[in-house]
Amino acid sequence: MAEQTLRAWLLTDTPTSRRHAKLSALYQGWLAFRANTMAMIGLGILLSLVLIAAAAPLLAPHDPFVQNLGNRLAPLGSEGHILGTDSLGRDILSRLIYGARITLYIVALVAMIAPIVGLLVGTVSGYIGGWVDIVLMRITDIFLAFPRLVLALAFVAALGAGIENAVIAISLTAWPPYARIARAETLTIRSSDYISAIKLQGAGGLRIITKHIWPLCVSSLIVRVTLDMAGIILAAAGLGFLGLGAQPPSPEWGAMISEGRRFILDHWWVATMPGLAIFTVSLAFNLLGDGLRDVLDPKAGE
Amino acid sequence: MALTIGSIAVTMLGLLFVTFIIGRVMPIDPVLAIVGERASQSTYDAVFLELGLDKPLVVQFGYYIWDVLHLDFGTSLLNARPVSEDIARVFPATLELATLGIFIGIVIGVPLGVVAAARKGSWIDQLARVLALVGYSMPIFWLGLMGLLIFYGILGWVGGPGRVGIFYVDVVPSVTGLILVDAALDGNWDVFKDAFSHIILPASLLGYFSLAYISRMTRSFMLEQLSAEYITTARVKGMSEWDVIWKHAFKNIRVQLITVIALSYANLLEGSVLTEIIFSWPGIGSYITTALLSADMNAVLGGTVVVGLIFILLNIFSDLLYKVFDPRAK
Repeated sequence: MAEQTLRAWLLTDTPTSRRHAKLSALYQGWLAFRANTMAMIGLGILLSLVLIAAAAPLLAPHDPFVQNLGNRLAPLGSEGHILGTDSLGRDILSRLIYGARITLYIVALVAMIAPIVGLLVGTVSGYIGGWVDIVLMRITDIFLAFPRLVLALAFVAALGAGIENAVIAISLTAWPPYARIARAETLTIRSSDYISAIKLQGAGGLRIITKHIWPLCVSSLIVRVTLDMAGIILAAAGLGFLGLGAQPPSPEWGAMISEGRRFILDHWWVATMPGLAIFTVSLAFNLLGDGLRDVLDPKAGE
Repeated sequence: MALTIGSIAVTMLGLLFVTFIIGRVMPIDPVLAIVGERASQSTYDAVFLELGLDKPLVVQFGYYIWDVLHLDFGTSLLNARPVSEDIARVFPATLELATLGIFIGIVIGVPLGVVAAARKGSWIDQLARVLALVGYSMPIFWLGLMGLLIFYGILGWVGGPGRVGIFYVDVVPSVTGLILVDAALDGNWDVFKDAFSHIILPASLLGYFSLAYISRMTRSFMLEQLSAEYITTARVKGMSEWDVIWKHAFKNIRVQLITVIALSYANLLEGSVLTEIIFSWPGIGSYITTALLSADMNAVLGGTVVVGLIFILLNIFSDLLYKVFDPRAK
């Protein structure tokens, strides 16, 4: 019975408070999202990835760094090594499990840096307008017109190889679309009546941007971030593959493919397994992103 | 029009500024890289002055732009040849690969998108959707490896890495640098066949990735047209579905399509970086990455500038095309 009333309370047409309206909207969004099977699969995969990463020491059957040269390149289904071993006899499954941490780490960092930079640039540009807008949007356009991977390569070349530098390089090339979105949202919001009302109450520009514009930009940014995540994972794996991201002996998936590449014709599983992992995760982000877009931003769908 | 030329210039200046900054940030001392560690102080100073490193940054940036405008990217530290010569030598390989790739992408992607829109919800539509989704989620270098494993390693249907087999290297004179064209010009069909068997796998790979994008865009453009009123009118008139789709709807999306194709061509030039490494393809992507790993900064930045400029030009070309041919965009 309690559940019934909670449900009715959440689905009401006449919310009694601001929090009630918010929760109600959230719940209805969740209902719409839950109906999308593919998006739920994506969400499921990503939740398991987070769990796997968190529980890596418990789940991994072996230490991902311990070498066993007597048992190198063991095939799939070997004794104690379900996914075989790599050229140094390290257990591939354990390395994949620990690699999930690195992937999540990269994704989380980029997802924190790029949209926030974009949000700042976009809202300031849209709110202030005038020459600030012209200059900031010109810079955004310039970055948008750059080839992303090649530029990231050049950045990493300058900064030195490593995960953090790969994150910086990817973020530097990933922020412009967010700035564009945030600016477009700001332009529509800026001229609405309630902003004029707050201005009359004496709210300053900073307060309007942080308290009234940012919250409204967030949902379209979240959709965009989720859809971008696949690209970010692929870019990070690409840099790892080129030897410019995570350095050995780190079990980063792209770097593992690069290592397995040397034995591709004779010992195919060494490069195949990490590739499948990358594919699964980026597919999950794409599915989730599509579902979120349908819920949060119905206009953008087909 | 003037605005467009202005924005091209500003965007390119921006690109050069970024590469210039990257060149300055690089912790490698450019003078040491040239003279070596055992050079005397006077040699060091002479080269320091020669490179203009004593001048203010703005002036150095001016010199840099001047050099790039003259296609002077400095000399490669690896082989002491001008970087521009190296790029001119490797670029045709990338061009050939990307062009064949975009060709495959168009030939399959456009009809697939059109059919997916015309038969919305059918199995073809579902197939197109899955193909695109997988394409967006797949690491291109990994798919390349799997392709090599299956079609070269196991089935033996295609040639392995490289542009031609070892017996055919330098057999035909290089006229255009495009090996398929050179072999055809020379009438040497053995080389042509061998080169084709080498290029078809990487080109199909790139073709697949452009197909994913092109078919999605074609589909959504077509859907937009097919829901328009003039289509209903045409159908009411009794026009055949084939004519409605190809003579009316498709005709109206051609401009949009060309802009999409120009964009994905630009993306292919970039996407070929990873593909080239997998297939040991001696193009600009391999060139940049080889240079990267040996800290040959002139070569890296030269390559970046060339790829960047082409990318920007294609971007702007697609924008421009849209504005010129689609009156609604004015």
